Amino acid sequence: MTTTGPYETADIGEAPPTTGDPYAESRDTTDGRVYTVSGGDWDAFAAEAAEMAEGALVVNMGPQHPSTHGVLRLILQIEGETVTDTRCGIGYLHTGIEKNLEFRTWTQGVTFVTRMDYLSPFFNETAYCMGVERMLGITDEVPERARLIRILMMELNRISSHLVCIATGGMEIGALTVMTIGFRERELVLDLFELITGLRLNHAYVRPGGVANDLPSDGIEKIRDFHKLMSKRVNDYIKLCNENPIFKGRLTDVGYLDLAGCMALGITGPILRSTGLPWDLRKTQPYLGYEDFDFEVPTWDTCDAYGRFRIRLEEMVQSLRIIEQAVDRLEEVGPGPVMVDDPKIAWPAKLSIGSDGQGNSREHINKIMNESMEALIHHFKLVTEGFSVPAGQVYSAVESPRGELGVVMASDGGTRPYRVHYRDPSFNNLQAVGAMCAGAQIADVIVAVASIDPVMGGVDR
Amino acid sequence: MSEHETTPEVVPAGTPTIDVVDVRSGMFGANDGGDTSGFGGLVRAVSVATAASRPYGSWYDEATDALERAYPKFSEAIEKVVVEFGELTLHIRREYLLEVAQVLRDDAALRFEMCMGVSGVHWPGDSDRELHAVYPLVSYTHNRRLKLEVACPDADPHIPSLYSVYPSNDWHERETYDFFGIIFDGHPSLSRIQMPDDWSGHPQRKDYPLGGIPVEYKGAEIAPPDERRQYS
Repeated sequence: MTTTGPYETADIGEAPPTTGDPYAESRDTTDGRVYTVSGGDWDAFAAEAAEMAEGALVVNMGPQHPSTHGVLRLILQIEGETVTDTRCGIGYLHTGIEKNLEFRTWTQGVTFVTRMDYLSPFFNETAYCMGVERMLGITDEVPERARLIRILMMELNRISSHLVCIATGGMEIGALTVMTIGFRERELVLDLFELITGLRLNHAYVRPGGVANDLPSDGIEKIRDFHKLMSKRVNDYIKLCNENPIFKGRLTDVGYLDLAGCMALGITGPILRSTGLPWDLRKTQPYLGYEDFDFEVPTWDTCDAYGRFRIRLEEMVQSLRIIEQAVDRLEEVGPGPVMVDDPKIAWPAKLSIGSDGQGNSREHINKIMNESMEALIHHFKLVTEGFSVPAGQVYSAVESPRGELGVVMASDGGTRPYRVHYRDPSFNNLQAVGAMCAGAQIADVIVAVASIDPVMGGVDR
Repeated sequence: MSEHETTPEVVPAGTPTIDVVDVRSGMFGANDGGDTSGFGGLVRAVSVATAASRPYGSWYDEATDALERAYPKFSEAIEKVVVEFGELTLHIRREYLLEVAQVLRDDAALRFEMCMGVSGVHWPGDSDRELHAVYPLVSYTHNRRLKLEVACPDADPHIPSLYSVYPSNDWHERETYDFFGIIFDGHPSLSRIQMPDDWSGHPQRKDYPLGGIPVEYKGAEIAPPDERRQYS
């Protein structure tokens, strides 16, 4: 902690003798005295802080803090309990994914982008693949089955992401049951992901040209089971939270940001819709055939954390509607390809489960190793070299659970992305923390940040 | 190998040079041995964003006309209008960026209220225009999207900040400064955002190495990703 104020550092006087805790120290710096406070030694510090009442305190909340949603560092300037200024420190989870993409093929890139915003991997993958497909000029050749599976996976993902948002947001204000039931349902979605893609969090399932493999034979049945169960369990949240006086007391009028604020700060997603503007890319600029689905864009008019909670809840209900329609349509469409019919783009191998886990199917291995030299050459070329993408630049955007997820993608005509930049909604929306928290109490900062729903994997990339 | 080395001036005939950002030669990235395949003699000019000619199609003509009406300095400010992959991009000379953005935001026929940040691209082969910045804009009123692109030389990496028109670009410009070293003049606090404050260099530039170490796998050594074979 740093003290700021109209006094000189030397005026503060001697620091209290250390009580033997090597982690609780204070030292003088050019910006004032810096205290390191850990649990249990607040009394000595509080007594001294009270003596120098005129100055404001600057408190570091995070980056390691259970209620800042991962490694987010909030730098709060406080006077008593009132927050007068808030700044964010980010970058603690920066892993250079965008740089790494420039050294892999276009298809391998999916494996990286899925790891950005780890709560919404299918959105990262789909936005990326839509961009690659647009540059390749094959947007309309992606099979309908693949499009429906993408929509299905994204809407399942929207539910799991909103569940984490609501669950952790509840936990942070002490509503532990919201957390336990939230993760209970999320687990069901992750089980579905595991069944369909083989992985629970980072899938690399959506590929340029389609998806990696078709749904398993029991996929539709399992999704229908989930749909039935989840349609009932959504009511648990409604009953538990919607009219809960403590919940409402903590969320109402907290994290206020009106439409003008949202426009100025580039905010999208549930925060924007909590101001009453029904801007949802699935409706306004439909992609993948969202225009054929029957769903609504929920809005609220209170501009606060409670409105955002209600919007997320209602969006889960709408996602369930889309899932049901997508599953119906998949059954109508019937079996068929899930990858574009172009052997220069489609991954040559089919995946299957063997005794040693998921890998290339036995038939494919047999073909390339025993039957066809040309198939082996083709497999080798496509997997190691990849395919070239015409030079140019595109911006492709999808409506992720947190808002507009945009990808600026540049190709130099080679087999690797020349530059891929993710406009992650968490990154942009975190800029609103200062506006939402000014004049609020410290406890409200937690609620405001939770209502933004930042995912640091996406913020830092 | 020297007989196959090409000079950057070699550009296939008929290609407008303003769009050529790089020239690649050879194939398979192997420049150290004899050229047994014959592919080593390949020369490919990388040309992006070729200027479009009217009619641009869709609403692009209408919007461009509206900008021309509302902004008299259109012809000086706009280097070229590009329509590629169904997207409209305006290439703007940097000294006019702020004015153009202001008009795009405020004019009733345009109303691009939102800027979805800025992304840098480093084209080391595009001499005197090495660093590019791309701004995707959205209009809620008209439900449209377009991109602005600005280039600046590496030797003078300055672009005016759009913070005063689109405050949402605050962090995005800091990020682009951090990764590319583009200095956005007029930004209230242009500092690093992802990398540590005392970091040197700008990691997303093409001359900045990815880093990595060779890894042994079943007796063979796999080179780090940036030292592996690349296909130009």
